Amino acid sequence: MTFDIAAVLFQDGVANGAVYVLLATVLVLVFTVTRIVFVPQGDLIAFSALTLAAFEAGHTPGTVWILALGAALALILAGGKAAGERNLAGLASAALWFGAVPAAIVLTALFLVPKEAPLLWKMAVTCALITCLGPILYRLVFEPIAAASPLVLLIAAVAAHFGLSSIGLHVFGAEGVRTPGFAGPPLVVGDLVVTRQTVGVIASSLVLVGLLSLFFRRSLSGKALLAAAHNRRGAELIGVSATAAGRTAFIVAGLIGAISGILIGPMTTLYYDSGFILGLKGFVGAIVGALAIYPLAALGALLVGLVEAFASFWASAYRDVIVFTLITPVLFWRSLASPHVEEEAE
Amino acid sequence: MSILLDLERLSVRYNRLTALSDVSLEARAGEVTTVIGPNGAGKTSLVNAVMGLIPSRGRVTFPLWPKAALSTGARVRARICLVPETRDLFGPMTVLDNLRLGAFVARSERGFDMEARLAEVARLFPRLDERRHQQAQTLSGGERQMLALGRALMLRPRFLMLDEPSLGLAPLVVAEIFRVIEQLKRDGVAILLIEQNARAALRVADHAYVLEGGEVQLQGSAATVMADARVVGAYLGMGRTGGAQGPVAEPPERIEGGLASGSEASRPARDAGVHHARTRPAIGAAS
Ligand SMILES: Nc1ncnc2c1ncn2[C@@H]1O[C@H](COP(=O)(O)OP(=O)(O)OP(=O)(O)O)[C@@H](O)[C@H]1O
Ligand SMILES: [Mg+2]
Repeated sequence: MTFDIAAVLFQDGVANGAVYVLLATVLVLVFTVTRIVFVPQGDLIAFSALTLAAFEAGHTPGTVWILALGAALALILAGGKAAGERNLAGLASAALWFGAVPAAIVLTALFLVPKEAPLLWKMAVTCALITCLGPILYRLVFEPIAAASPLVLLIAAVAAHFGLSSIGLHVFGAEGVRTPGFAGPPLVVGDLVVTRQTVGVIASSLVLVGLLSLFFRRSLSGKALLAAAHNRRGAELIGVSATAAGRTAFIVAGLIGAISGILIGPMTTLYYDSGFILGLKGFVGAIVGALAIYPLAALGALLVGLVEAFASFWASAYRDVIVFTLITPVLFWRSLASPHVEEEAE
Repeated sequence: MSILLDLERLSVRYNRLTALSDVSLEARAGEVTTVIGPNGAGKTSLVNAVMGLIPSRGRVTFPLWPKAALSTGARVRARICLVPETRDLFGPMTVLDNLRLGAFVARSERGFDMEARLAEVARLFPRLDERRHQQAQTLSGGERQMLALGRALMLRPRFLMLDEPSLGLAPLVVAEIFRVIEQLKRDGVAILLIEQNARAALRVADHAYVLEGGEVQLQGSAATVMADARVVGAYLGMGRTGGAQGPVAEPPERIEGGLASGSEASRPARDAGVHHARTRPAIGAAS
């Protein structure tokens, strides 16, 4: 292997790795706040790219129907519960978050995004659609069982993934898409040619990891979100609602998922079911960080990207196998690094 | 004195079991109100329902802060705090973070000074201050209790509910906890105190309720309740060392049929023995 090839592979690896970083970061975030291993994050990413591609093609993206249906169900669930408790504030908040806001986004996507609209506007509406899916998913799937064990939550997450990808097949069809890259010529650094896309992915994942890491380490609000996962009742007693914390985590997950999809769309072809493999790779990274430490998870995800790039050069057929085999030594190392912790009694 | 908490015919049910039935209770500003009763009497259910943590029937009102009745969060924002029986600390976080989080809802209020609150709690519990960077889950049982109390005090509560703050503590630590309760009372904090340690509880309390089998069997000023012959027999252990007397009233069928009916009868007797005899001088010395 020449230096040139290694350099290209390295660049590829870092760019892919940066996407896994975004994923791993969300997995850590959602897990630390809710104890949910958020398997469907990959689906959100795929849906985001598919949505943007549909806007580009001048179609109505299927996401609109997913959002409309999901919001309607969530509205019935949340509204019904609030009405049963005669909780006016709850009713109002359900009407706002599961009624008015999704309705506004759906209507915008239906009528205000013509084919010739600027790319940036399409991206913004895509972000709004996907971000809005996050809290709805939480309300429908996870909030009713929020106090259950991590295993039950994981099973629900896997179920949600299968649900989402079957709906995805239905509304997006089976074809793969590639979205347009950001405008502008590639940047030249020495011998390397780096696309703006790559720079964007790497920069945004770095910024995100830094911000989240700081937020959860330094700010009291960040710690309050973590507190909700450590002890639900304890959190209620300091005035932090575990449900609100979960919803916040899912809004952020939706937003990062949307951005990831937009960033990764031009780099690889995405299908309605690409989310799972993406999610798994992000998960390997997140495991390196013990699902808790952002910088470590980011490093792990970057490593996954690099291993994948070099593996596809040497043994491309075994690429995914090699990546997932990586998890074995990592788990072994983690089991040595962290003593077994008893599941917290609630 | 004005009423802070007004309970009217509060009932709590868990599936088929009725843990509380038609309990009416009042807590007044500046007073310590205590609720004593045997294991399984429904004391914890009472405070959890008052805090809005579990569903209940009947009326829970906070006449001074009408909005507080809306949710647990609304109560916390009105500075109504509960130190729960299960403590519910944030195990992997440091003592300091647990304390800071106690004041979470007040953090951006005008005039709120986090450092001053921390210093105040450190003054009440020097031991916590020495361990400020230790993880909460590695604290001893007594230190955990102090942290749970300290976390609630960070908010400068106006109405504080304590669910068995002396549970499982060595006599000297019990004395320390009661010293803090007395101090809070002097500072004008209204307190609803749940205690097995009836003697110590009745001593600091102004008003007392005896809860048995989910019903209020007796209530009155702490002095009257302390003097009641049945309370003396069942909870204060002035009678025989065997402590054979039953609770104030025979527990109703549903509780008697429960899992713990045998051990329930023996608990007051145990409390009446060594435990009290040893805590008494300790408290006396401390106050
Ligand atoms: N989550 C629950 N599900 C079913 N039954 C419960 C639950 N919590 C409490 N109980 C029952 O309700 C009754 C009252 O319990 P509670 O915890 O209120 O008693 P307590 O007076 O606090 O007792 P202790 O002094 O032992 O703390 C008990 O019989 C208990 O078994
Ligand atoms: Mg109890």
